[in-house]
Amino acid sequence: MSSSAETGTKRVGEAGRWGDDVRSDVHVWIEPRERGGIDIVLESRVKAYYGDTIRRQAENVLEQLGVHHAQVLMHDEGALPFVISARIEAAVKRAGLAQGKRALPDQLPLPEPTPRDRLRRSCLYLPGNQPKYFINAALDAPDGIILDLDDSVHSAEKDAARLLVRNSLRAVSFLPCERMVRINQLPLGLEDLEEIVPECPDLILIPRVKAPNQVLEASQRIEEIKARHGVSRTIWLMPILESALGIENAFKIASASAQIAGLTISLEDYTADLGVAKTAVGNESLFARQRIVNSARAAGVAAIDSVFGDVDDLEGLRVWALNLRALGFEGMGCVHALQIPVIHQAFQPTQEEINQALRIVTGFQEAQQKGLGVTTLGSKMIDPSIVRRALKLIERAQAMGLVSTSVPRSSLL
Amino acid sequence: MAPKIELQLNAAGRMVPAMVNGRPQIPYLGVGKYQPRGRKAAAPIRTAANYPADGNKVVQDLETALRQCGLRDGMVISNHHHLRHGDRIALMALRAAAKLGAKDLTWFPSASFPSQQGAIELLDSGVINHIEGSMEGPLGDYCTQGRMRGMGVLRSHGGRWQAIQDGEVHIDVAVIAAPTADVFGNADGSQGKSACGALGFALADSLYADHVLVVTDNLVPFPCVPWQIQGNNVDYVVEVDSIGDPARMVCRTAQITRSPARLRIAEFVARFLRDAGIMRNGFSFQAGAGGVALAFVVYLKQMMREAGVKARFVRGGSTKYLVELLEEGLTDYILDGESFDVDGVRSLANNRQHVVTSPFVSYNYHGKGNFASMLDAVVLGATEVDVNFNANVVTHSDGRLLHGIGDWQNCLAAGCTILAVPSFRDRIPVIVDQVTTLTGPGELIDVVVTERGIAINPLREDLIEQVRGSTLPIRSIQDIKAEIEGICGGRPQRPKAGERPVAIIKWVDGTVLDTVWQIS
Repeated sequence: MSSSAETGTKRVGEAGRWGDDVRSDVHVWIEPRERGGIDIVLESRVKAYYGDTIRRQAENVLEQLGVHHAQVLMHDEGALPFVISARIEAAVKRAGLAQGKRALPDQLPLPEPTPRDRLRRSCLYLPGNQPKYFINAALDAPDGIILDLDDSVHSAEKDAARLLVRNSLRAVSFLPCERMVRINQLPLGLEDLEEIVPECPDLILIPRVKAPNQVLEASQRIEEIKARHGVSRTIWLMPILESALGIENAFKIASASAQIAGLTISLEDYTADLGVAKTAVGNESLFARQRIVNSARAAGVAAIDSVFGDVDDLEGLRVWALNLRALGFEGMGCVHALQIPVIHQAFQPTQEEINQALRIVTGFQEAQQKGLGVTTLGSKMIDPSIVRRALKLIERAQAMGLVSTSVPRSSLL
Repeated sequence: MAPKIELQLNAAGRMVPAMVNGRPQIPYLGVGKYQPRGRKAAAPIRTAANYPADGNKVVQDLETALRQCGLRDGMVISNHHHLRHGDRIALMALRAAAKLGAKDLTWFPSASFPSQQGAIELLDSGVINHIEGSMEGPLGDYCTQGRMRGMGVLRSHGGRWQAIQDGEVHIDVAVIAAPTADVFGNADGSQGKSACGALGFALADSLYADHVLVVTDNLVPFPCVPWQIQGNNVDYVVEVDSIGDPARMVCRTAQITRSPARLRIAEFVARFLRDAGIMRNGFSFQAGAGGVALAFVVYLKQMMREAGVKARFVRGGSTKYLVELLEEGLTDYILDGESFDVDGVRSLANNRQHVVTSPFVSYNYHGKGNFASMLDAVVLGATEVDVNFNANVVTHSDGRLLHGIGDWQNCLAAGCTILAVPSFRDRIPVIVDQVTTLTGPGELIDVVVTERGIAINPLREDLIEQVRGSTLPIRSIQDIKAEIEGICGGRPQRPKAGERPVAIIKWVDGTVLDTVWQIS
């Protein structure tokens, strides 16, 4: 974990991890020198295949960072190129060099910007300093991937994780998922924004929000950085409420910025703030969760729940997620790929609900053609509010690929 | 300075030695091309006059037994891997031979394990000349570093039977570790404190060796039933305190992988069998004990339940997951070569539908057919597969010995051979231009399933047609390879190949498929 140390007048910098239990990472140790060029000593479990490639890459990265004389030791555990760049840059910066410089990997084509009301049933958290999870995360197609700089990253590794996440936004294909980043609590989170915003994540989660001004502070900084880097596309925001005060201010927070796309909660922190145990049933957080749903709805954004931590209890997850849907949530966080299909299944309307919604809409269309404002289906009266709910359900079902018939909303209401 | 070894080109385009450990070799000629002639080898004729009438063949220890077998320099001693990492008998037998002053032995295990690295001392001191059997870990490195006097010979389980039966390997003394045996030499693997399941790997040795020893830690009065090994083939019985460490013999429960990528591969395999119509009433399949193979069985079981489909037989190594299939009535039989976990051992002992098989019935290519080719599908792993579907299972990409062949080559005969592999490991692409060590010819490998897509061998137009319209990500193997190379940062360099052969890879018919070269 040591990041830098004084040796004489020059600092030594190191970053990344190695060891038998480490995969897809590289440990870089660098000692700047006055002269003698770049001297790289490489140990790698893939040396026979990529030894020359790794050396060339290291030389290029150092060149970009303006480092011309240094002793470099690399202990590679099969890191992919975007990881190698990030670790070298972190080590160089910890050695006190290359401030303000970046060694950016090649940029993949940017995916299309995501709409504000995109499906966000499952948002998969990836620890931001563990590159081995990045490359395959999108294969299981969660709706969103959250590259986490906050709780899952040790406080001594924040700088290194930031560069790794930045590089992954450029070099890893996360399609078809929405690319999300959870920054650190402000003000540290503002430093994260400097590296992250230029790479156009689709959405940024802001942790421990208690009041709307925190959202505004982040939002203003994001706009400044975007302007500096010529970024025009929208970056959505999702505040995370983690305290009793945050819950009290939920609506004000949800409506603090036009960039907010959703509101979410961290139940671990919230129950800790209350001083109560977090239970499987969740009665202790029912008020908070309902408040999130109501505030989010009032502000016209999505309500997203916390993660379900017990990866082995898929049945518990299923029941929890069904309850969330019934409460009005549109999605939740997750921590393992096995949770994704369970969550998607729970948040999808049943075929019976879809059929009923289609019958309501069809019945209403026919009534309208006859000049009637209200009609009945079986014994139940169908009024515009019921039709609106049916249409919302059909829209979501369409987004999940469950309905092929298109029902244009504008023609109805 | 080692003598120059003459090489010849085989039908797979590989250079292989013409002579190995003093025996001329036939280069691989192609699948099904080599026609063997002649008659099978046989053990010498014995007479009951020379064995105790009361049936008691117990002698005091292994040294005595080996001496009475007439152990001499240059002999072949065989052992078996049914006790896996827990085996104590192989090293005990080899050390007893060392005590008797034997030199230049050939050690002929059905597989060796890293736990048997004690053999290195015996190789260094000249007691063992070379190993014919799988080598991995320290023994694998010993071989690939060129430190073994003779050349290693790697065979499949079926190929080992074939070699014994065809007289390519003449076993002087077979030492069989038996979890239960009687004084006459009848032996069984399904009971006793060291129960391991089947003893099939030792069966050929018991039939063809000049001398057969049974070593047990559970000596019972005659009769030991069932007798997987027949006492009528056994010369001596030795009782010891312990034949092996049960904790290291079988897994308590074989663990399913938790890796999302591997689970995804497993699910793709199951869906492929379903969508290709292979999963149908009366079908059969084989799956091993790797994490992906276990997970595949779990997915397939769910699909079989949903479709109301039942298998006629499945083949082990048995695990809890196959046993569940049997106990739930989703298969009529488990035909089992070895038990990988305690559930497999228990089921084999108690369930008449769980049947012991030997490499003879399962895999021997020089027989009147075998079970492997009757399987509808088999799911296997590999370290590398090339764009022509040739695969490597024995060496790392850098040429170091990694695995034995096991039944891998034999299983390629199945109706649909599926390799379930991650697309890269530690940045090293699994799909390559050319495999380091050819272990299986591409014409027998039908489908490669990775977490990024499924490639079907273009030779299998029928399979391609059957999965048309499926939602599975079917892609060309070149396409998947290109994507992986993009992720890994380009095509890997080719490690430098050595120039001295240190081991050969036999094909199922005894011809030489490829060479393992010395590495620095």
